[in-house]
Amino acid sequence: MKPSKIFIVILTLTLSVSVLAQRSPVQEPMVFESQQQEDRFNQLTQELRCLVCQNQNLADSDAQLAHDLRAEVHEMLMAGNSDDEIKLFMVERYGDFVLYRPPVQQNTYLLWLAPLGLLLIGAFILRVNIKKRAALLDSNPSEEQ
Amino acid sequence: MNSRIYPLLGFALLVVLLVVGLQIADRKTNLPSPLIDKPVPAFDLPVLASQSQNMSKESLLGKPYLVNFWGSWCVTCRAEHPVVTELAKLNAVYIVGMNFRDEPEDAIAWLKRWGNPYDVSLIDFDGRVSIDFGVYAAPETFLVDPSGTIVFKHLGQLTWDVVETEILPRLASMESGS
Repeated sequence: MKPSKIFIVILTLTLSVSVLAQRSPVQEPMVFESQQQEDRFNQLTQELRCLVCQNQNLADSDAQLAHDLRAEVHEMLMAGNSDDEIKLFMVERYGDFVLYRPPVQQNTYLLWLAPLGLLLIGAFILRVNIKKRAALLDSNPSEEQ
Repeated sequence: MNSRIYPLLGFALLVVLLVVGLQIADRKTNLPSPLIDKPVPAFDLPVLASQSQNMSKESLLGKPYLVNFWGSWCVTCRAEHPVVTELAKLNAVYIVGMNFRDEPEDAIAWLKRWGNPYDVSLIDFDGRVSIDFGVYAAPETFLVDPSGTIVFKHLGQLTWDVVETEILPRLASMESGS
């Protein structure tokens, strides 16, 4: 084997070990009645914030509170509550901040509408520029050659 | 105007947004509780001192009280303990200690060692009631008025400053209101 190949093999091995060494998201064994329920559980715990470690969601966090809230979500799911009911349960206790996806309501209109506004501003600037250039070309056709 | 100034203006705007954003992020450490002005969550928990006996939210109606979530495992609770003790000495308010996610023996030992400022301590062993209160850090302190409504919440270590500026004035206004 050429030295460069050996180097690549070693590099690959070291990198894969470091990937394996990463902690996988903690999950206590949870029993579900169907795949659909499990999917909903995973979806919900990814959308809910762990309040203790504010930049992690419930699914990823190993904090005691996250354990308890995961158990709570699981229990409510098994009891037949809808996703909205479970989210409402969390919001009533911890506030909107617990949701990673902010709801559309009065104090979040700016947040939701700002991208549209920026798009319109961009379109306006584009239009002005195109007009300017078109006018320039019209007055100066020789420039095209 | 030179058109080169526009990217600079855009950059300046982003910097302003960053500063504002960081300041808002700073305040996130003390989130307003959605429970303010809401009724106290229901609870019916064993009393730490005599565990065959229970105490419920209904039995506390009619007088203002303070709910202080604590645990023997909680370092900050130890740090705020002198403040709670000072407040208890004033006899200004009934203080309920919510001992949560703790072993009762450890809790009793903790109170014996540092002194017991609580009029009563309740055992929230599995932390279910703490979830209903939206507790996500310890200690957390709630002030409840005589009708059973939460009027104030403090997250983290209670300081004498908070007692003087937030808790005592509210108690005084409840007194004059009734």
